[in-house]
Amino acid sequence: MKGEFIENLPKIYGMYTGGFLIFILLMAALEQMGVHADTIGILFVAFTVFIYAAIGWLSRTMQVDAYYVAGRQVPTVFNGMATAADWMSGASFVAMAGGIYFGGHGYLAFVVGWTGGYVLVAALMAPYLRKFGCYTVPDFIGTRYGGNLARFFAVVVLTVASFTYVTAQINATGTIASRALQVPFEVGVWFGLLGILLCSMLGGMRAVTWTQVAQYIVLIIAYLVPVFWMSNKQGFGLVPQLVYGEAVMRITELEQLHGLGSLDAVEGAKKGLKALSVPFVAAGTDALSSWKFVTLVLCMMAGTASLPHILMRYFTTPSVKAARQSVAWSLFFIFLLYFTAPALATFTKLQVLDPNLATGIIGKAITEVQALEWIQKWSNVGFLQIIDANGDGLLQLNEFFMRGDIVVLATPEIAGLPYVISGLVAAGGMAAAMSTADGLLLAIANALSHDLYYKIIDPNAETRKRLLVARILLLGIGAVGAFVASLKLTSILGAVAWAFDFACSGLFFPIVLGIWWKRANRAGALAGMLCGFVAGSLYLYWVAPAFLGNEPWIGIDHLRFGIIGMPVSLIAMVVVTLMTEEPDAETQAMVDEIRVPAGKTVLSSTH
Amino acid sequence: MSGTSQRVTHWNRTKRLMIVTLVIWFVFSFVVHWFANALNSISFLGFPLGFYMAAQGSEIIFVVLIFWFARMQHKIDQDTGFAEE
Repeated sequence: MKGEFIENLPKIYGMYTGGFLIFILLMAALEQMGVHADTIGILFVAFTVFIYAAIGWLSRTMQVDAYYVAGRQVPTVFNGMATAADWMSGASFVAMAGGIYFGGHGYLAFVVGWTGGYVLVAALMAPYLRKFGCYTVPDFIGTRYGGNLARFFAVVVLTVASFTYVTAQINATGTIASRALQVPFEVGVWFGLLGILLCSMLGGMRAVTWTQVAQYIVLIIAYLVPVFWMSNKQGFGLVPQLVYGEAVMRITELEQLHGLGSLDAVEGAKKGLKALSVPFVAAGTDALSSWKFVTLVLCMMAGTASLPHILMRYFTTPSVKAARQSVAWSLFFIFLLYFTAPALATFTKLQVLDPNLATGIIGKAITEVQALEWIQKWSNVGFLQIIDANGDGLLQLNEFFMRGDIVVLATPEIAGLPYVISGLVAAGGMAAAMSTADGLLLAIANALSHDLYYKIIDPNAETRKRLLVARILLLGIGAVGAFVASLKLTSILGAVAWAFDFACSGLFFPIVLGIWWKRANRAGALAGMLCGFVAGSLYLYWVAPAFLGNEPWIGIDHLRFGIIGMPVSLIAMVVVTLMTEEPDAETQAMVDEIRVPAGKTVLSSTH
Repeated sequence: MSGTSQRVTHWNRTKRLMIVTLVIWFVFSFVVHWFANALNSISFLGFPLGFYMAAQGSEIIFVVLIFWFARMQHKIDQDTGFAEE
């Protein structure tokens, strides 16, 4: 029966995709029949979440290897899709295009960093960890270096990094659920959590895998359909990603026309709203701006290669070879969204700036702009603001404020697409946020249940009890996450980039050197994890505006604190390793064993 | 299971492939973006090249690079007899 399921995957998900497309058409038909836009929004979110929960229920399991690593039988392409959903968060889906819209070239450092990290995953990590046969990342650290302390340090770093990230995701599910279902944010957060737990609690990694594949399909359709539709409707071109070069050039002209850079900043906008102030294309001319670009790229890449919820996806493939190929497929599926985001940002910007287009608003009379339907709708919810600072009745570039999220959320309306597309976008954002939250919660709960509880506290626990503890922890961590999210501490915990910096400061070198440097030993790994993580965290505390807020040292601000943590970690690990004895013959043989794909895994399939 | 010398050959070739992969990765992660401003004066497919590399070029290279890497590594495993059955 099981084998049949795996063989039938393409058919099952093909039918699922077809079913989803029919559902979209059905919603479009309902809209034509005059069903209210709010109802369509509710149906979109409720229906998709129900499907994920059903998949979660069908994938329930009481087997350890199914719970922790989906029975190690996830085919490469499907694991690629699941990883892509695991990877692309609510932030990627909703905020990335907006970030590019405002930040231009400088923001593209995130796009480069969040893709190139997979090269490190493929070349340095995934295949070797798969051969190792671990259930979690601390499982590798603990077995390779030996001792409960190493395992415990890895659990701590993992928990801090993943928890920073997961509150932002639960927050995003809450925001989307509250808007689509018309409930208060605090209620939306708990509804979002309920959906997330239904997907993961009964079936662990197995359930998360199959829901993530389903969520990827929804999120990619929801991202691409509006962009293609908008591009073709507005006459930008058939395949928007390939033809926006001209639009990019035109934006540079328009920025000069509208006086970008020569206008004074206008005060008085609501919190979170911004006016355009940075040129779209131009990269900085000095070394500092180049330095800031590449340091951000490096932190995001090394963070990608150290974030346990991503690494553990490659523990689920049937073989080492499959793990490598699966990394390639993951990046391919991520790429589909990431190379669309800049195109979307460009077209939205062009539509707003270009006075020759019907949608252009900059330079037009303010009364005329305020009569536009999408301007009214988004000003009402506080996403957009117009301040006529110089009182000339015309809208200047520095007088138009908006939130970055609008670029994705309002595209359908700016381009005049039917409401059904907005419902689809809401479902896509929900899928993106839920799938990432699932992966992160599971990574934390698995580390605590497998590494802390089973390996350190009660090594004699029987399977039933282990899986029960795993589920209770999942529930508990989810509840804490939702509670923190409902406090709306986003200004403190908001930066997704921090998760990457925490992860690379504490885990990057201990994992890489554990595979690539046979000499690396326990004392070195402990020093590397501790010093890197502490140095990075202290620097964060010193520099972050939410804490001490000191002037960043050579441009290393709170988004890039991994640049401090990583070298400290590397130096501490190498120095301490060389000062202490080399690992015993057994450990060295273990390292030799993980370097070749053939043969049995180091840890047995159920451990 | 193959002997020790096969292991050494396998690991040396694996290391070489890793280094080549990471050199390409380094160039498209850091070097081209360091010179983004200069590259912007070149037009590529209608884009300023510096912008293009950050928005699309590097990402395409990364995807192709990993598929290529996976293939080459499998070839090394097969040649030295360490591939899985």
